[in-house]
This record gives sequence, C-alpha cells and structure tokens, in this order.
Amino acid sequence: MKTAHVHALYVHGKSPVHDLEAHVKVAAMLLFVFAVVATPREAFWAFAVDAVLLAGAVRAARIPVRFLFGRLLVLIPFVLFAFLLPFLGGGARTEVLGLSLSIEGLWGAWTILAKATLGVTASIVMAATTEVPDILLGLDRLRVPRLITAIAGFMIRYLDVVLGEMHRMRVAMLSRGYDPRWIWQGRALATSAGSLFIRSYERGERVHQAMVARGYQGHMPVFNSGSAPVGSWARAMTVPSVAWVVTIVSLLT
Amino acid sequence: MSVPALEVRDLSFEYPDGTPVLRSVDFHVHPGERVALLGPNGAGKTTLVLHLNAILQPGEGSVTVAGLPATDDNTHEIRRRTGLVFQDPDDQLFMPTVRQDVAFGPANFGVEGPELEHRVMDALEAVGMMEVADRPPHHLSLGQRRRVAVATVLAMRPEILVLDEPSSNLDPASRHELAHILQSLDITMFMVTHDLPYALELCERSLVMDEGRLVADGPTAEILGDRELMRAHRLELPYGFDPSLVQPH
Ligand SMILES: Nc1ncnc2c1ncn2[C@@H]1O[C@H](COP(=O)(O)OP(=O)(O)O)[C@@H](O)[C@H]1O
Ligand SMILES: [Mg+2]
Repeated sequence: MKTAHVHALYVHGKSPVHDLEAHVKVAAMLLFVFAVVATPREAFWAFAVDAVLLAGAVRAARIPVRFLFGRLLVLIPFVLFAFLLPFLGGGARTEVLGLSLSIEGLWGAWTILAKATLGVTASIVMAATTEVPDILLGLDRLRVPRLITAIAGFMIRYLDVVLGEMHRMRVAMLSRGYDPRWIWQGRALATSAGSLFIRSYERGERVHQAMVARGYQGHMPVFNSGSAPVGSWARAMTVPSVAWVVTIVSLLT
Repeated sequence: MSVPALEVRDLSFEYPDGTPVLRSVDFHVHPGERVALLGPNGAGKTTLVLHLNAILQPGEGSVTVAGLPATDDNTHEIRRRTGLVFQDPDDQLFMPTVRQDVAFGPANFGVEGPELEHRVMDALEAVGMMEVADRPPHHLSLGQRRRVAVATVLAMRPEILVLDEPSSNLDPASRHELAHILQSLDITMFMVTHDLPYALELCERSLVMDEGRLVADGPTAEILGDRELMRAHRLELPYGFDPSLVQPH
C-alpha cells in the first residue's frame, strides 16, 4: 500500500496522471504555465481553450471538484488585489454600474484572475498526483537550480503545515463550542491568524532542521533512477502542446 | 585515554534576540557511555543538542565529535557522526514510506545500491520495525514512529546517538518497548529527558542543566538521590519513586 496522505495537496488514489513520472509532470505543468503567461490578454478564446484542457486533466487525474476549489482558496489574496486594481489604476476610465473604473485596471484585474487561476489549477493537478519527495526529485532531474527546488519544497511544506495547523485550531475552537461555518469566518480568525503563522513557521523550521540533520544539502537522493518512457512524455505533453499552439495562434492573430 | 565520542568545551550561545541560553557548558562523553541530560523546560537542552549536529554554531567554545571539530568545513561529516533523533517524530519522518525515510540519511552521504538496502534493513531490524518497511510513516502509532525515527539515524552508522526527550507522550507500553530497544543498541548515547526513571533505567551517568549551565555531573542514582539538588532545579521524582531501591542495569 503506497497510497498516503503525504501532503495536503495530495489526492489519494490511482489515475493515469498519478502514474506519470514526477519530472514529466513538473515539466508539463511548467510548459503549460508558460503558455498561459505568454497568451495575450485580449485572446479570451485562448483562455477558454486552456480552461477546457485543464478540466480534462483534472478529470483524468480523478481530482474531486470540491478538493480543487478548496485548494484554489490560496488565490484569495490575489483576487482581493485584482478587485482593487480597477479603482486604483490610472489612465482612461469607464462607467460600470455608476462606478468610474480605470480601463487599464480592469485589464490588469482580468489578466491576474485568468492567468493566476489557470496557473494555480495546473500546479494543483501536478501536486495532487505527486508526493513531495517526488516533486523535489523531479525538479532535481530537470536540472532546476537547487535554490528554486528548495523554495518549491518549502512552499509545499508550509502550505501543508498551515492547513494542518488550521485543522487543529478549528478542532480546538469547535471543542470549545465555537462553530464557524468556515475557518475564515468570524472574529476568531483574526486572533488566530498570528498564532497560526508562528506555529506553522516553527514547525516548518523543525522539519527543515531534521532534514539537514540527516545530511540534506538541497538535493533529494535518487532511489529508483531510470528515465521516463517515451509514452509518458507523449501523454503528459498533450495538454501543454495544445496550449502552446493556442498561444502561438493567438499571438499571430 | 581514548578520543571522546563527544567533547563540548566552554560552549556559550545566545539566540539573536540576545537572551543567553547556554553558558560555558563543558563536558565529555566517552565511547560506549550512555549519558542523560536532565533539566527543566527551557533549560537549554534542545539548544545544546542542535549544536551537537552543527545546526547551531557556537557563540563561544567548541564541539568535537569523535575527534572532529564541528567547524564550517566539517558540517557534513559531523552530521553523519551525530545521529540526532528529534523530539517529535512528525518533524523527522517525511518520506512516503518507512523504507525511503530510513534510506534518506545514508543516501545523503552517498551510500547506494545493495549497501544502502543492507543499512536500511539493519537499522529497521535493530528497532524491530522490519514489517512496516513499506508503510507510510504517518500510519504508524507514535511509539512505532519514534522507533522508525531512531532507525533513520542508525542507518547513518553514527558515532553517537543523540535523543531529545525520547519517552515524551508515549504510553507506558511503548515507553517500555523503546527503553528495551535503546538498551539493546551497542552505541554511545546522549539522551535528553526529564523522565527521571527513564534516565536511571538507561544511563549510568547524568548531567543536570538549568538556565543554560551544567550544575551536576555524576552517576545517575546518586544525582537522583540528591533531593536537595533535584528540588533546586525543578526535577520532581514521580510519587513513591525511590532511586536507591532500583537496581541499575
Ligand atoms: N529559535 C529560538 N529563538 C529564540 N529563543 C529560543 C529559540 N528556541 C528556544 N529559545 C529559548 O531558549 C531557551 C531554551 O530553550 P530550549 O533549548 O528549547 O530548552 P529545553 O529543550 O531545555 O526545554 C528557552 O528560554 C527558549 O524560549
Ligand atoms: Mg526541548
């Protein structure tokens, strides 16, 4: 039995996407994200095609939609920021529902929302089907610089740790008769955010110390080497290749 | 005289916020010895332990493991020589399977192939955890996870095994099982604890630390028997426990 809840972004189970080699998935995810980033903001149809492609990947990976939306909550700060842009932006303005909004700001908000949602969803598909050590190993095998691997590792780990601590704190609140429908509702959140941050940070530090204590120098040891079969690359690359075709077409038209 | 397995000389340290945590700590551990470090919460025990693995660098003084000074150039080798078992196994175990977690340490030191497999199996056997090799660590009980955590450092073949509060939060049966396993290991041991009976059962010698200073060093039975010393440093013996009635191993 190798199905483990290793990190909070991981979805138990078997799927064609789970079976792909980690570095293949990481490469596919990065290529897709670059394609999304390179898409001109006016090409609405291109973003729509990208979204359909991603939906296909989510289905193939058997990721529950509820899980996906739950993890997309990391976008909330970006969404809030995006909502501010039309008000704060300069240049020409337009009237929407009686509000004077900056046109540049509206484009900025749209770009952030569209690109961040697609990019984060792509990372979730990758992370939901790959365990942390394999992601780190995958980055190593793609010759990604050690510093970036380390940062990626920490980001995944901290997210995991934060979600874990959030769960524990919610249980503690519930057991004292406080029942917020969602953790981010209510006054208790404001008071717990600080301690959540500190607890998560400290835990992340200890995990890192424990890795370093066993000689970790920024590279994951390789236990089962060997390169991925051509078939894996072919399957994984469908999504990013179509996305790139779409991007190139949208750049030329 | 043999080379000490661990030599801590005049070690002082403060965290960046400026509070001194270790003050001129000075002691040796000889090969084959089992030494307990006793002290109340906040005494600086964990801080000292992090120095033994070069995770923290001394403000003043020095740490030497089996003759090798813990300087910047030697950090990697020092980390192999000192096998550090953290207090919370959940901080230590992070790979998808027990087998991979135990392999992580030696693999970081370039051990591979059949030798790596051999090390992993040896270490798991030493803690009686062979049968869980392919399970994910977080599916195990706390007692089992702590035993696996010990295996993850034994696999590096360290010169000295350092344990931070190994008996904390264990139920009586797991606590006893772990003691039995530690007892059976043929390795130099430095064990931080405030579980006084555990120190008496496992270690012939104890150090007492309070407010960053070593305040006592001697045979465990004598130290625990010194009511005055124990009280002065907030080390409370369990109700009805009389160290003079316990037969040391
Ligand atoms: N990372 C840190 N930064 C600042 N102070 C710390 C840190 N870690 C521990 N301390 C302080 O150092 C003292 C000793 O802590 P510690 O070594 O964990 O003690 P013990 O393990 O004996 O309970 C405590 O007062 C603690 O608050
Ligand atoms: Mg401690």
